[in-house]
Amino acid sequence: MKALITSWLTVLLLMFSGLAQANLTIEITRGSDRATPVAVVPFAGGEEFPEDVAQVIHDNLERSGYFDPLPRRQMLDRPSESDEVRYGDWRGLDVRYLVVGRASREGDGYRLRYELMDVSGERRMLGEVVTADQDELRGAAHYISDQIFEAVTGIRGAFQTRIAYVTSQGVGDDMQFTLYVADADGGNSQQVLSSREPILSPAWSPDGRRLAYVSFETERPAIYIQDLASGQRVRATSFQGINGAPAWSPDGRRLAMSLSKDGNPEIYVMDIASRSFDRVTNNSSIDTEPAWSPDGRSLLFTSDRSGGPQLYRHDFASGEQERLTFTGGYNARGRFSPDGESVFLVHRSSDGFQVARQDLDSGRLVVLSESHFDESPSVAPNGTMVIFATRQGGDGVLGAVTADGRASFRLPSASGDVREPAWSPFLN
Amino acid sequence: MQLKPYARILAVALSLAFVAGCSSSGGTQDGSMDGTRSGSGSGAAGSGVSGSQVGGTGFGSGNGTASQEADGRIPEQRTIYFEFDSDRIRSEFESVLAAHARYLSENGSTRVVLQGHTDERGTREYNMALGERRARSVERFLSVQGVSPSQIEVVSYGEERPAARGQNEDAYAQNRRVVFAY
Repeated sequence: MKALITSWLTVLLLMFSGLAQANLTIEITRGSDRATPVAVVPFAGGEEFPEDVAQVIHDNLERSGYFDPLPRRQMLDRPSESDEVRYGDWRGLDVRYLVVGRASREGDGYRLRYELMDVSGERRMLGEVVTADQDELRGAAHYISDQIFEAVTGIRGAFQTRIAYVTSQGVGDDMQFTLYVADADGGNSQQVLSSREPILSPAWSPDGRRLAYVSFETERPAIYIQDLASGQRVRATSFQGINGAPAWSPDGRRLAMSLSKDGNPEIYVMDIASRSFDRVTNNSSIDTEPAWSPDGRSLLFTSDRSGGPQLYRHDFASGEQERLTFTGGYNARGRFSPDGESVFLVHRSSDGFQVARQDLDSGRLVVLSESHFDESPSVAPNGTMVIFATRQGGDGVLGAVTADGRASFRLPSASGDVREPAWSPFLN
Repeated sequence: MQLKPYARILAVALSLAFVAGCSSSGGTQDGSMDGTRSGSGSGAAGSGVSGSQVGGTGFGSGNGTASQEADGRIPEQRTIYFEFDSDRIRSEFESVLAAHARYLSENGSTRVVLQGHTDERGTREYNMALGERRARSVERFLSVQGVSPSQIEVVSYGEERPAARGQNEDAYAQNRRVVFAY
């Protein structure tokens, strides 16, 4: 557990002046109890900007679990370009990587110049000029965060992605439900739909342009598909009974879902263009919460055919359905990791409901979250983090944990109960 | 006057036996504990328990609802509650269901939506399925008592419309319910 895994990664780097490329070998220490120390110096010239770009980058890197950013008050000086950096000072603060930059206005927008330095090697690894429109300052900060994250870890950053989530207020017959889309850090939220009837199970299309979700706005559940840019939407299904748990196929052409039109909930796959249905399950138990494997060859789903809810996998080629989970009496709502090697799920233990990860090869299940009411895990497209719904002081809030469980955080909550986060695919 | 209650007891007991027999595919589990299937899965226990309790407490309220039916109004009590991990009709609500069954039978053009609800424990879509199982349990009870299937619709809200907020057994118990919506 305490052993540190050291991996060497060769990273292709974009140099600041011109587009010269150089191969560098970077050492990353990925310890179970240690994140890489980094310092993000406040950008010179950006003090009056509506967003503190360096702070956004600092927060992104910290939440990733891979980095431990130095608090600003501990910084001995505040260089704004690589030539001003006194590496010995930063080494003395145990900083491994350093981010500096300069911000200025350009027309109606902004111009941001940043550089990333390897402190021990006293080398610049990355440098770039980014221009942003007036309302895209945060977006630019997320872009820079992605470049830094990938340069150091070798893993594609997911800071420019978004999350969908649902809020609810009120109780009983007097409730208001709202579906939002926001930046992955919770900022820049936009309302997609608001209703006095329940909204649940938002799911992103693989191209990130559409959301499928369940809405009770007709006082019956129905699955809708909404285009986010135009707001236009279609009702995909409105059968008698449950219309639930929509899940997009990786090619974006099909939706898996749970329908109870034939008496009890079964998994179906709908071809979106033709509206034709293939039935995947056929028994008297509950079958719901489908999720596609990344290769599209199988479906994960929850079934209580063994008595309590457990995860099963349906293989499309063979038609066979295999039980995957055996640890404990309640394992539900699974989601594959992007590499398809593990699943994230809701697991019930003596401590309540928690988010867990099960390795598919070994079958080993690891609990990742620490609260008693955790549910709805959704995996970042780069597989590094899982966002989920939890409770804080009785209110529903969103939490996130690294895929290995070593770091976790909570997202700033809007008003009311927040739940059912869905992490978008890569959008850039 | 003595015979009539016993005839109704028999009808209720038969309904329960039928309901219990139908719900053999696992319990309605709000956050199922350890995968145990106490309650609805065991048909014999379900009907046995209810049969013995009907003659005791059940019919005090039964007479009250009968007088409501006499003037043709929709029975006043329109929510019934469920045990944790169960879709079994509790004996104290049999008279409520019988009153609704009678009302619907006597008003063949009236339709009712049975809204199934669960407490908040467990995943949302799975709870949607459990709420439906609970509402279908009521639907079967009504069908056995002669209500036409065309008069009944089942809609599950899962855990989405709690009647009470809070992470405690009192709130959970208020939320595990089926509502008659006329």
